[in-house]
Amino acid sequence: MSTARALLARDVRLAWREGGAVGVALGFYLIVVVITPLGLGPDLNLLARIAPGILWVGLLLAALLSAGRIFDNDYEDGSLDVLATGPLPLTVVAGVKCLAHWLTTGIPLVLLAPFLGLLLNIPLGTLPSLVLAMLAGTPAVSFVAGIGASLTLGLRRSGLLLALLVVPLYVPILIFGVSTVTPYVTGPNTIWPPFLILCSLSLASIVLAPLAAAAALRTALR
Amino acid sequence: MQSPFNVSLAAHDIGCERGGRTLFQGLSFALAPGEALLVSGPNGAGKTSLLRQLEGLLPLAAGRLSVTGAEEDTPVAELCHAVGHLNATKTSLTVRENLAFWADFLGNGDGDLADALAAFGLEPLADFPAGLLSAGQKRKLALSRLYAAPRPIWLLDEPSVSLDAHAVTRLDRAIRDHLKAGGIAIVSTHVPLKTEFDHELSLGLERAA
Repeated sequence: MSTARALLARDVRLAWREGGAVGVALGFYLIVVVITPLGLGPDLNLLARIAPGILWVGLLLAALLSAGRIFDNDYEDGSLDVLATGPLPLTVVAGVKCLAHWLTTGIPLVLLAPFLGLLLNIPLGTLPSLVLAMLAGTPAVSFVAGIGASLTLGLRRSGLLLALLVVPLYVPILIFGVSTVTPYVTGPNTIWPPFLILCSLSLASIVLAPLAAAAALRTALR
Repeated sequence: MQSPFNVSLAAHDIGCERGGRTLFQGLSFALAPGEALLVSGPNGAGKTSLLRQLEGLLPLAAGRLSVTGAEEDTPVAELCHAVGHLNATKTSLTVRENLAFWADFLGNGDGDLADALAAFGLEPLADFPAGLLSAGQKRKLALSRLYAAPRPIWLLDEPSVSLDAHAVTRLDRAIRDHLKAGGIAIVSTHVPLKTEFDHELSLGLERAA
């Protein structure tokens, strides 16, 4: 347990010190949301209707930007070799690193989202459910990104390949994430069914993604 | 300085295959506590691959490894310290933070950081970001990891690369101290070390074109 905590603390500290990845993700998210109304024109009703979708799509793309770094740096400087000889199973190492990605990228993006929502004329009443849905859904975003990051480890310019691999897996998160924010689309006037599915997606990926990522890491380390 | 170790390691007929090519096969050795093995051979003979097999990163194509003296069920990898071609240092952490992390991660923090910093004379640089270190200093930092968490088996792959003469002497002394404490060292090197190796393994290019 203390070894897992040491790894988590190191990864968070590294992300904080290096700063770049989180900053780029936040900046990218801001830009995507800002240019969308410019492309669509000043129809406030239209913007309000599509705001949850734009906020979710932007968040997924922004999170992907820094996903490559989950394992890349440790792979390049040899730390991953040493991590693999540690007392933690590689599965747990992978899980902890995905968790660090969620803490350092997922949460900052979620905290930025309501402010960006204001730019899209999102109804203020939906902001709590937006933040709640994103907090529940972003763990799945980070852990699934971990699978892609481990599969593309060691490839040059792996960013695009990573996106191709991972974005299809994001479809359920996107669907249930958006329908949590806009309950009138789904029928019953309650956010709970899609929200609970979102939670289950996150829980399932927290359990399953580290297994897949560790298997890919083991192959990459050979 | 370190708790005396009492682990012996033996390899029985191990083989290694990379990309369909057999690098070596039928390799056996047995190391008792306090013994050292020198791995030599031309480039591409499989020295690094052998060390990575012991580290548990590469699968054995044949044969098996056995360890006695350790708790049962402990994988060989968890008894090993491996210092390879890459230094595994984080450029934005200080020297001390780098070592402290490995001490926590590899050994639950029961290694002695002061010892680790002193081993290769890194105390004056302790609060310096590792990114500003020279290649030789980074190497010393990687080697200091050996002291951050006590482990009985040292796997050193060309440990003397980019070290100055003085540091190579320190490295030599570190290996000898480790052996005296009952540890095992498996070293692949082209630079002659003063350490007396009890065994030598010479890998050849069996399929040399």
